[in-house]
Amino acid sequence: MDVSKITMVEAAEGLRTKAFSSVELTQAVLDAIEAKDGELNAYLSVDAAGALRQAGAADAARRSGQAGDLLGVPVAVKDLINVEGQPCTCASKMLEGYTSAYDATVSAKLRAAGAVFAGRTNMDEFAMGSSTEGSAFKVTRNPHDLTRVPGGSSGGSAAAVAGGEAIAALGTDTGGSIRQPASFCGCVGLKPSYGRVSRYGVTAYASSLDQVGPMTRTVEDAAVLLQALAGCDPRDGTTLNAPVPDYRAALRGGLKGLRIGLPKEYYIDGTDREVMACVRKAVDACAAAGAEIVEVSLPHTEYAIAVYYIVATAEASANLARFDGVRFGHRTAQPESVFALYAKSRAEGFGTEVKRRIILGTYVLSSGYYDAYYGRAQKVRTLVRRDYAEAFKQCDVMMTPVAPTPAYKIGEASDDPLKMYLGDIFTVPANLAGLCGISVPCGKTAAGLPVGLQVLGPAFGEGAILRAAYGVEQEVGA
Amino acid sequence: MTKYLITIGLETHVQLKTNTKMFCGCSLKFGAEPNTNVCPVCLGYPGALPVMNREAVKFTVMSGLMLGCAINRHSTFDRKNYFYPDMSKDYQISQNTHPLCLGGGVTVQTPQGAKRVRINHIHLEEDAAKINHYARFSGVDFNRCGTPLMEIVSEPDLSSPDEAMAYLQALKQILVYAGVSECNLEEGNMRSDVNISVRPEGQEQLGTKVEIKNMNTFKGIYAALEYEIARQIGTVMRGGVIVQETRRWDPDLGETQSMRSKENAHDYRYFPEPDLVPVALDEALVAEWRAALPELPAARRERMVAEYGIPEYDAGVLADAKENADFFEAAARACAPGLGKTVSNWFMTEIMRLLSESGKTVHACALTPAALAELVTLVDRRVINGPTAKELLPELFRDGGMPEALVKARGLGQVSDAGALVAFVDQVLAENAKSVADYQAGKKAAAGFLVGQVMKLSKGKADPQLVGKLVAEKLAALG
Repeated sequence: MDVSKITMVEAAEGLRTKAFSSVELTQAVLDAIEAKDGELNAYLSVDAAGALRQAGAADAARRSGQAGDLLGVPVAVKDLINVEGQPCTCASKMLEGYTSAYDATVSAKLRAAGAVFAGRTNMDEFAMGSSTEGSAFKVTRNPHDLTRVPGGSSGGSAAAVAGGEAIAALGTDTGGSIRQPASFCGCVGLKPSYGRVSRYGVTAYASSLDQVGPMTRTVEDAAVLLQALAGCDPRDGTTLNAPVPDYRAALRGGLKGLRIGLPKEYYIDGTDREVMACVRKAVDACAAAGAEIVEVSLPHTEYAIAVYYIVATAEASANLARFDGVRFGHRTAQPESVFALYAKSRAEGFGTEVKRRIILGTYVLSSGYYDAYYGRAQKVRTLVRRDYAEAFKQCDVMMTPVAPTPAYKIGEASDDPLKMYLGDIFTVPANLAGLCGISVPCGKTAAGLPVGLQVLGPAFGEGAILRAAYGVEQEVGA
Repeated sequence: MTKYLITIGLETHVQLKTNTKMFCGCSLKFGAEPNTNVCPVCLGYPGALPVMNREAVKFTVMSGLMLGCAINRHSTFDRKNYFYPDMSKDYQISQNTHPLCLGGGVTVQTPQGAKRVRINHIHLEEDAAKINHYARFSGVDFNRCGTPLMEIVSEPDLSSPDEAMAYLQALKQILVYAGVSECNLEEGNMRSDVNISVRPEGQEQLGTKVEIKNMNTFKGIYAALEYEIARQIGTVMRGGVIVQETRRWDPDLGETQSMRSKENAHDYRYFPEPDLVPVALDEALVAEWRAALPELPAARRERMVAEYGIPEYDAGVLADAKENADFFEAAARACAPGLGKTVSNWFMTEIMRLLSESGKTVHACALTPAALAELVTLVDRRVINGPTAKELLPELFRDGGMPEALVKARGLGQVSDAGALVAFVDQVLAENAKSVADYQAGKKAAAGFLVGQVMKLSKGKADPQLVGKLVAEKLAALG
């Protein structure tokens, strides 16, 4: 077994046929982390003893007749998803030393399926960023070029999966935080439709946009992991109360007859030529395989970034208020008043980008500014949603670039927040509209940097995007 | 001298008696050890999400229906942002733009007659934690955090502290009747903030309003209003200006103190709560809840008059407090038909007296409706006489138990055997020749005295009606 390449499906098969045990598999993953993470910095913490204990229990369960796609398979978890007894720092000094008191619903589901929690992956602080440079603790490197960022905010998960330190990982996506790092690192990343996967126990950045999703080495692995995560949760009133389709079965639909929409607003100047060439090549391959290509229009695309940074920051300003030094997290030493306790704890605990977004969000909700910013943003959000509803009448899925560029150099964009915000242009609308999207590798630049293709589907159309992405993977996969 | 008009509006917070908290499954048992009825949701742990308590929605809608409100078919929740240690998330989930209930009102009795106090709206929110202050530190008890809290906002239709009291009493009565809250003031079930302004008679425009917080009792509200009215009128009369501000009632000093001025007022930055989907109430559901509404006091009064043949006055007194009416009806229904009036008499006199002497409610005393019914039945069947029953009642009230068992155990059954009583009658007539003579001389009241003497001789156990009959017969025979 080579854990740097093995897929989840292969790992499950190896466990089933007793080619190796979960303890052996888990130990191999821990060894890979030990060997490589000094360079990649994908993990914030690794619970080797706990993981091996879980692996031993999974092996015992298998011996007693249990089976399952995830039984004994190690999975890395982004460090904002609660796993009882493990750290959950959100890559913030604010939660340094914090231990989760409970399992998120996704963690409980993975635990029940027998998955092994190998470690906690790095991210932009509180998921605010697109390069993982915003972590308070370390800078994760892109496995394809150590001088470049892995993307973000789920950069640790993407780097771990692509860099051979994890077979699969969980990420979260609020404006592209699964898809963009998947594209930068050359792995598969799926953002489910809003309401498909429970958010309970996932530290909130922007509640109306956040979703947990799989980051894997293949589209099939993404389907398997999504299957385990998806479904209605009584603890999250925003989850859809509807049966979850068989995603693995959906893979086999083929490209023939699939109507692929190309939104003209996404094929614009400004996108890197090599990125666009890879995307075009993938679309052409789909057409050659029998897909029907149609041009569609999403006229409000240009407003999406502005709307996103109003809605997301507004929600974040409230979501992050609870980090006040009273009940948990960082507390300043010797505050002279309750107000000082708040002000100093938060000033010391939060990083620059988090403060920037809290201040922005506070501003757009303030009395006298609400209508001009938040109120108007909600209206435009409705228009963005309508754009997609209209466009999906003409196509089954859409194909677009994930990001305008491949992975950039560490430090290149971190001092220019606006430039970094604009890098989210192709991913943000899916979150605003509640759609699903997947990033699937579709080629490399001359310098060897991976490029991802984004396949977007209507809300709860995960089956369609998995089918299309699987087709792309077969046609142009590396 | 200028007369001043007073304008008062109330924001009344009522804790709902649901089984669990507003957004999580924690218990609402009062008096638990601090921070034991808590979970990741009500402690605001990272990642925790609220889940709507449907019972709280139902109770709020039922309250709205009883108060004549229109029910919003599409209701939403909002976040109200402010930092304070009693808020675990540092925002409160409340309703700002689309509350569950709109409009409605309460009719209150004032010295000038009945008055309609309009309600602006009723919304649902979560209560904050309780902060306890100690010598060297303060502690936060999150047991209360997340309790469903219904806020009833009145229009500024009240014009005196007495009217405010009448409004609160009427509200309390209806909410207790609706079964949505205990409205127990000691446990903080019902708390009000008031808005008050004064203006000289003849002035159209309302005066500058001041909000007062931190009154925990009806008495406190009354005292705070009286203080504030005097303060505001005094200020205006001295040529001063009322500042728009929030003031805090200090019950120890008996005065209101400035908390914050308008300039320092919180900007709560309300926005729609993204973690909760809107509450959609369809016609059928609201109709179902409407059908399940309990009877209001006025309707109950009329029904009790018709059903038990009790006087209008008695029915009114009983219906005033739901627990009393419930107790009366339970007892009356446990008796043979036709005894309702007798049960009511017992309640209105003896039980009311015991309640007021002990300061207890019928819930807190040991007497059960079944015991009262049995007592009334024993008297009706002439197993015991009235005085014996009256003697037993305080004991039943204090210690509980059933009267028939006590009567048997203590041999308190009355003597209804004419043969046994004739001897007593003869003895009394022989020993009270003067009274007999008085009777024969036309003083008919002397018969009563003689009956009393027979009762005494029987140690109170004789059947007074039979004794009366026997004495009358003997006197006639002597005649």
